[in-house]
Amino acid sequence: MIYILKNRILKGIVTRNIDPFLARKTEIAGRELKSLIRKNFGRSLDLREVDTGSCGACESEIISANNPFYDLQRFGVNFVASPRHADALLVTGPVAKNMFLALQKTYQAMPEPKFVITCGDCALDGGLFKDSYYVCQAVKDILPVALHIPGCPPKPAVIIQQLLAFLKQKQV
Amino acid sequence: MDGAEVISLIKKSLPDFSALLVSQDYRDEIYLKVSPQVFQATALALHKILSSPVMMLFALDERNSAGVFVINAVFVNSKEGQWIIVSMDLSQENPVFDSLAKSIHSASLFEREIWEMFGITPQGNPDLRRLNLHDEVWPKGNFPLRKDFKTMMPGDLGEYKFNRVEGGGVFEIPVGPVHAGIIGPGHFHFSVAGEPIVNLELRLGFTHRGVEKLFEGKSFFDALRLVECISGETAFAYSVAFATAAEKISGIVTLEKTAYLRGIFLELERMYNHVNDIGGIALDVGFSFPAAYAALIKEAILQLNERLTGNRYLKKVNLIGGLALDLDESKKCVLFDALKKIKNDFNELVKMLDSSVSFMDRVDTTGVLIKKTAQDLGIVGLVARASGIPTDLRKYFPGIYQEAKFKMIPAEGGDVLSRLRLRFFEFMESCRLIEEFTVKLGGSAETKVSAPAKPETSALGYVEGWRGPVLCYLKTDVHGLIARCKIVDASSHNWQGLTYAVLGNIIPDFPVCNKSFNLSYPGNDL
Repeated sequence: MIYILKNRILKGIVTRNIDPFLARKTEIAGRELKSLIRKNFGRSLDLREVDTGSCGACESEIISANNPFYDLQRFGVNFVASPRHADALLVTGPVAKNMFLALQKTYQAMPEPKFVITCGDCALDGGLFKDSYYVCQAVKDILPVALHIPGCPPKPAVIIQQLLAFLKQKQV
Repeated sequence: MDGAEVISLIKKSLPDFSALLVSQDYRDEIYLKVSPQVFQATALALHKILSSPVMMLFALDERNSAGVFVINAVFVNSKEGQWIIVSMDLSQENPVFDSLAKSIHSASLFEREIWEMFGITPQGNPDLRRLNLHDEVWPKGNFPLRKDFKTMMPGDLGEYKFNRVEGGGVFEIPVGPVHAGIIGPGHFHFSVAGEPIVNLELRLGFTHRGVEKLFEGKSFFDALRLVECISGETAFAYSVAFATAAEKISGIVTLEKTAYLRGIFLELERMYNHVNDIGGIALDVGFSFPAAYAALIKEAILQLNERLTGNRYLKKVNLIGGLALDLDESKKCVLFDALKKIKNDFNELVKMLDSSVSFMDRVDTTGVLIKKTAQDLGIVGLVARASGIPTDLRKYFPGIYQEAKFKMIPAEGGDVLSRLRLRFFEFMESCRLIEEFTVKLGGSAETKVSAPAKPETSALGYVEGWRGPVLCYLKTDVHGLIARCKIVDASSHNWQGLTYAVLGNIIPDFPVCNKSFNLSYPGNDL
């Protein structure tokens, strides 16, 4: 307990304590995002992540976006455990044949209104795996995709910025 | 050890043994070609002599050039740092071989893979259910790794049958493929009697993307990009394993500097993953402050990676014959400064976890994988070391690690706590190794040598990734392009270990057991 208290005090708030250039981008992106999500989705935007054959790097960066450094959650973006609680589906990876049904079922389980975001180059069109015998068509041919976040993998700051850019556009 | 010595050793247990061909193209690879009649006995003899699990078992389709299917089994000679490859030709008319699985458990999943991918029958294997090509979506009679496979032909679909545990009060709990967290897909089929788990069956293969087929016909250069995208958080180890094999085929002798640079990045990869798992273990028992603290250390290492190489996951850093970049003096300073801070933070993290009695109570004696079971299953890497098996490719094939006085201390308990403590230890050891390697980093400004790929040559590349060994077998065709690339991740050995470690534990402890293994879905499914 003593170490937890000590480190809690010593570390302070780490979220601000970042590279200024990166910080400005993340902070501005974050604040705007929050107000936009408020207008469109009430107080928060809940995302359900589905890996349909990703290498794991995209997952790692999405988890990083939730770490105390980027702390995506402070802007009202949450990751939820069930599609029933989700406003949007975040898909990573090429769609492997084995995941086709699971992807569709997860989408069907979500309540309206809902939209789909793809994250990472593989999710756009299959990426390096698009010619494989075991990869289905792109996510956008299976589900209505509203936003794509490019990168291999996209950095946490990019994930936040892209979400913002999208929601801004959606409002107009 | 050379080929003749291997044969004389085998002759001690198999008096009338004779090989069709013995060759040693590289110092660390002995290749034995045997007839199909003695393949099983030879493999079993080597398994016992070397006390090595089947590290790889895979098929090649050489019907076009030689009219045969080839099966290779790979064993490791830990004492002398060598790989022993036993090979046989199977006629294309009747592709059947005697199963190794009844005597050597570690061959079992490989045989199932050979059956589903090539349609070669391992006779006597009691379980030939498909692994990656799920019966519900992939019709029977399609064998994608055969060279004449073009597209999927329609046919009958089947259904996967799980092992059933029956009796009063036994419940089945299916979990997945989509899990609650932000994680890869896999299906866990639990059978529980009351609280304790009595059986766990895994069904993986959900992230199967047909990687091995995609390699065919690619040049080494193009394939390197694909290798890095197989398992994202092990990207660098994969690229090193692949590059080592490619360098052997091209006859490239890499610079000493390359070994040190690769060593540094391999250890950085190990560090960020180990601290990630330590945080994950804390989070899975609801201890959130150390989990957040570990996430910060991971972020610091990822940012260090980016400053050194321009990529957080060390992709596009490694090349065939060397590296794409060098560490100059200013980058070395960045590295040392960052390591110092990271080490301090890490020590605090260890203190936080060690001083919490309730946390220790959750992880101590949870998810025990005993040494005997681990040996029988052919468990490798970190999980094996935590169960008391001293296995590490950095010890077997020392190279730069010997000079740096690399220490391997296997833990004993085989429980979550042992795997946690081993990560503590390995993290600090990695820090030390990086410092050693960086100091020794000098010499020419050149970071890379190159040569064209030799046609119709094969080689085995290997490296100890953070989970355990990553092996890559490469064979080129007449044009020097890839004819076959087989990759084996430590996960494909170790997933079986998880199903034994959770027995007798309660379901709420499953996440922490799983996290303490932290095995790869995409690395296993390919």
